[in-house]
Amino acid sequence: MNNSLWSDAIYRLARNKAAMLGAFILILLIIAAVLAPWISPYSYSYQDLNLGASPPSADHLLGTDILGRDLLSRILYGARISLLVGFVATGVALVIGVSWGIIAGYSGGKVDSIMMRIVDVLYGLPFIIFIILLMVIFGRNLWLLFGAIGAVEWLTMARIVRGQVIGLKNQEFVMAAKAMGVSNLAMFRRHLLPNILGPIAVYATLTIPQVMLLEGFLSFLGLGIQPPMSSWGTLIKDGVESMEEYSWLLIYPGLTFTITLFALNFFGDGLRDALDPKTTDN
Amino acid sequence: MLAIFIKRILLVIPVLFAVASITFFLIKLAPGGPFDADKAVSPQVLKNLNEAYNLDASNWEQYVDYMSNLAQGDLGPSFRFPGRSVTEMITTGLPVTFELAFYAILIALVMGVFSGVLAALKRNTFLDFIPMAIAMIGICVPTFLMGPLLVLIFGINLEILPVSGWGQLPGDKILPSLTLGFAYAAYIARLSRGGMLEVLNQDFIRTARAKGLTEKMVVIKHAMQGGLIPVVSFLGPAIAGLLAGSFVVETIFQIPGLGRFYVEAAFNRDYTMILGTTIFFSAMIVFFNLLSDLAALWLNPRSRDAS
Repeated sequence: MNNSLWSDAIYRLARNKAAMLGAFILILLIIAAVLAPWISPYSYSYQDLNLGASPPSADHLLGTDILGRDLLSRILYGARISLLVGFVATGVALVIGVSWGIIAGYSGGKVDSIMMRIVDVLYGLPFIIFIILLMVIFGRNLWLLFGAIGAVEWLTMARIVRGQVIGLKNQEFVMAAKAMGVSNLAMFRRHLLPNILGPIAVYATLTIPQVMLLEGFLSFLGLGIQPPMSSWGTLIKDGVESMEEYSWLLIYPGLTFTITLFALNFFGDGLRDALDPKTTDN
Repeated sequence: MLAIFIKRILLVIPVLFAVASITFFLIKLAPGGPFDADKAVSPQVLKNLNEAYNLDASNWEQYVDYMSNLAQGDLGPSFRFPGRSVTEMITTGLPVTFELAFYAILIALVMGVFSGVLAALKRNTFLDFIPMAIAMIGICVPTFLMGPLLVLIFGINLEILPVSGWGQLPGDKILPSLTLGFAYAAYIARLSRGGMLEVLNQDFIRTARAKGLTEKMVVIKHAMQGGLIPVVSFLGPAIAGLLAGSFVVETIFQIPGLGRFYVEAAFNRDYTMILGTTIFFSAMIVFFNLLSDLAALWLNPRSRDAS
């Protein structure tokens, strides 16, 4: 692997203030999500029934919801679900998309055209509707949600990886490896994959916010995470239902969600610019 | 050109056939029959219901039956709204959803193309940064948050616009259309800025300038035709996104459109309705994808002249 490419990229990334701010926010969020059971002031399901919905106060920094549950705690616990969905579903998409793209691109010929035709056809399908259908038919299962979302998002990844692999395939080092009798699997792992990590990393970072939006969308329709657990999508849904009287229940979860998406997009854009300098200065 | 056209259209048929078949058998996998959720029905009534809707036939028979009806454009009766057919419900909801989507796309195109082209022309100035920052907000604030926020601001706090309905109160179409359109305006702004920047550096633009065309002519006649191809390609998938958006927007604003029907059908387990709308949505999405691909092909002189 070309070291100077990566060190250059890291240097450029470190100079990009928006991307660094994004990374900082993300790290903070991930730490908060992991430590949620220890740092959140209350349990996500603890109800202070005397309180009901109360605006932000010293006891409850972001106020409480209609059932007297601490909003800050619920947002922290929600971060676990929302980020988990984001990362796991993106992981699923990554595994399928990268394998599909490498195989199609490396095989070429008939295999390639059949595999990519399948991607073309799948692209045209209303996946949102299929996900809704799956959630309706099989119940609102968290793991099914991961799988369903991941199964949708791999298509673009497959296209990107295939394009990259086709570019690499005819280079001398790949041919040399082939001539030396390297097996296909070793070829993928040792020679192709390391060389396409850049675009994969960029696309993965930009897929996470897409996935989180999709999860939020499903939760908003009531097809996502079930109470008393909550993702940010469900918190926003609950917030909308009572926004006329208790606007903070909508505003704080909404703000958290938006800031996270901002951070992810800024970081992803920064990463893309850092790895592919020609996109920034043409 | 014509060959590509025909090839693409022929591909539509197997796709729709696959969608209909997959959806049909997925729904058959669902635990419980469509009438199980009702309050205890006597076995005789259940039997009659099943007979009336042909549910006692084998899955295969039902499938063949459904597909042959589908080929004639009949999507069957709704399970939840006795006496109404799915086709009938789609025709009631469709105009509303179409109107909403039309306004949204219009808003998105006007706002997006204008600010994107402007940003590209005034690169690295104030007029570039501000629209692009707003576009970033449009991308990061999801529809299901944007809608309620607009309602909170304009409907509840300022009390200048109605917060729900469609065509009942003056101005009640503004907030839903804005909500749905804004996210797309953001994407289109970014796409047209990127596309324009790429084109503006090319030789034919320099030639156009060199032969003494006004800047306005260069931009409108030469640059925009190539620079906006990404926007045209985006419009097809955007229609699919608009559908998903219409689920949310129609739910928030209580608009009696197809999106809300679908969400309700999903909750009511109205299987024929789900099946019918899924096939219908797929047909629309495939159709619009085809349309935007062909338009993008045609706009690009290279591919237009190639065949």
